[in-house]
Amino acid sequence: MLKDITLGQYFPGKTVVHRLDPRTKILLLIVYIVAVFLAQSFLSAGLVLAFLIAVTLLGRIPFKSMTRGLKPMLIFIVFTAVLNLFYTEGGTLLVEWKFIHIYSEGLRKSFFMVLRILLLVCGAFLLTYTTSPIALTDAIERLLNPLKKLHVPVHEFAMMMSIALRFIPTLIEETDKIISAQKARGADFETGSLIRRAKALIPILVPLFVSAFRRADELATAMECRCYHGGEGRTRMKVLRFARLDYAAFAAGALLLAGVIILRHFGL
Amino acid sequence: MDPTIPILETKDLTHVYSAGTPFEHVAIEHIDLSFRLGELVGLIGHTGSGKSTLIQHLNGLLKPSSGKVLFRGEDIWKDKKFTHAVRGKVGLVFQYPEYQLFEETCWKDIAFGPKNQGVSGDELDARVRRAAGFVGIDSELLEKSPFDLSGGQKRRVAIAGVIAMEPDVLILDEPTAGLDAAGRDAILQNIQAYQQAQNACVIMVSHSMEEVASLCSRLVVMNHGAVSMDGTPAEVFTHAEELTQMGLSVPQVTTVFRLLRERGLDLPADVYTVKYAVRCLAAWKEAHQC
Repeated sequence: MLKDITLGQYFPGKTVVHRLDPRTKILLLIVYIVAVFLAQSFLSAGLVLAFLIAVTLLGRIPFKSMTRGLKPMLIFIVFTAVLNLFYTEGGTLLVEWKFIHIYSEGLRKSFFMVLRILLLVCGAFLLTYTTSPIALTDAIERLLNPLKKLHVPVHEFAMMMSIALRFIPTLIEETDKIISAQKARGADFETGSLIRRAKALIPILVPLFVSAFRRADELATAMECRCYHGGEGRTRMKVLRFARLDYAAFAAGALLLAGVIILRHFGL
Repeated sequence: MDPTIPILETKDLTHVYSAGTPFEHVAIEHIDLSFRLGELVGLIGHTGSGKSTLIQHLNGLLKPSSGKVLFRGEDIWKDKKFTHAVRGKVGLVFQYPEYQLFEETCWKDIAFGPKNQGVSGDELDARVRRAAGFVGIDSELLEKSPFDLSGGQKRRVAIAGVIAMEPDVLILDEPTAGLDAAGRDAILQNIQAYQQAQNACVIMVSHSMEEVASLCSRLVVMNHGAVSMDGTPAEVFTHAEELTQMGLSVPQVTTVFRLLRERGLDLPADVYTVKYAVRCLAAWKEAHQC
């Protein structure tokens, strides 16, 4: 049951989007996020949406997995929509019924808010769907490299991140096992009051923490046995290099941003 | 109760993982097995043969894709309450059960199962102490934290946690994995003691042929999600060749006797424990002393 979590799962592939340098993808995501926030009109939002769809198609990501990833966000999205719909004033009054007043501005605003959230989340999904966690942390380390001059332990951060990502599936599997084992001892997680249910989590959490610490300990020992001592003087087997493809991608990103800014400038 | 009804029975049991997705995978198919009280069954099969999936059906942790699991002749999925009750009657000890210990003291941890069944007061204490007795945990250890114990002791406390529910059927998934020889023997003796004292049905998953050969009265061999052999150890181990083809082995002493027979010695073919082997050899020596 827990295994079905798709949030941020990597789909291996060999498409153009997969082959881009992970640094390019991260920078492009930042450009894309800026564009999403600058887009205020239907036309510019459409432009951003077109960009998203184009990348999704290029990366051969099934739309189904995108929508499945959005499911956990549903409550949040609906909440945002409703709040904006009822609490924005301005424009013409569309609906007036008892205490409910819906203005045209509210309709517009809630539409854009929802669209913006969807665009942001889907954009982030595209990054994690097409980039392996290892490549991602590698790229983050390289991008943050200048901070090393300020004595920020960049390599250590990247290592911590990749270890954390690496252990998510392991811990999920472990949780599943512990849940089954406690169920076999008659534990009940589905009935009772909220407090009772929260208490029912103790038999899962304690063994989970114990095993997580045990794993961390074992991993630390194993790393030390292999003489791991951080990033200093460490070279890479695969060095990230920008290729022609990456420059093309940067150009596409620049075009998107320019398009949105120009549209905004003309108030469209 | 009608003794002719098996305590636990599977009828055409099939389980498919991730049905309807590209990851679809048939774990077990058309399993028909029945277990009776007083049996000590060894369940063997190589990794991925469906043993773990099967045992998780027997106490209702997994719901069959098709087919039924019957406890005393009743479908364990007939209603929610019954499924929950069956989990107390069919105790399942997972692999490395010591990783599910969570309470402050061993006593509390062993009491978790029976408490969930609604047992309390003196009866609870009696059950905990009885279960601890079966697995050889001294009463002074009961007040200690389970995290302070040695590996073998932890495992015994965890097994006691299931035994304390006093199940009619006790299922253990590789109870001796990762233990030293002494710990292994102790746990196997504990299991046997429980089986005999309660006249329970015990099902033990194991990779060690020596272990199941010396302990079990019946062996069930699984291969590719189906039952391929079911019988006494003597019956099963005569099919040494088929077992090897499935990636399993026979007890070493059985192999030795097979090789001796190939060299022309008239020894029996159903030798699978060292004890019996010694007796056979003695008898053979007697017969050939002239």
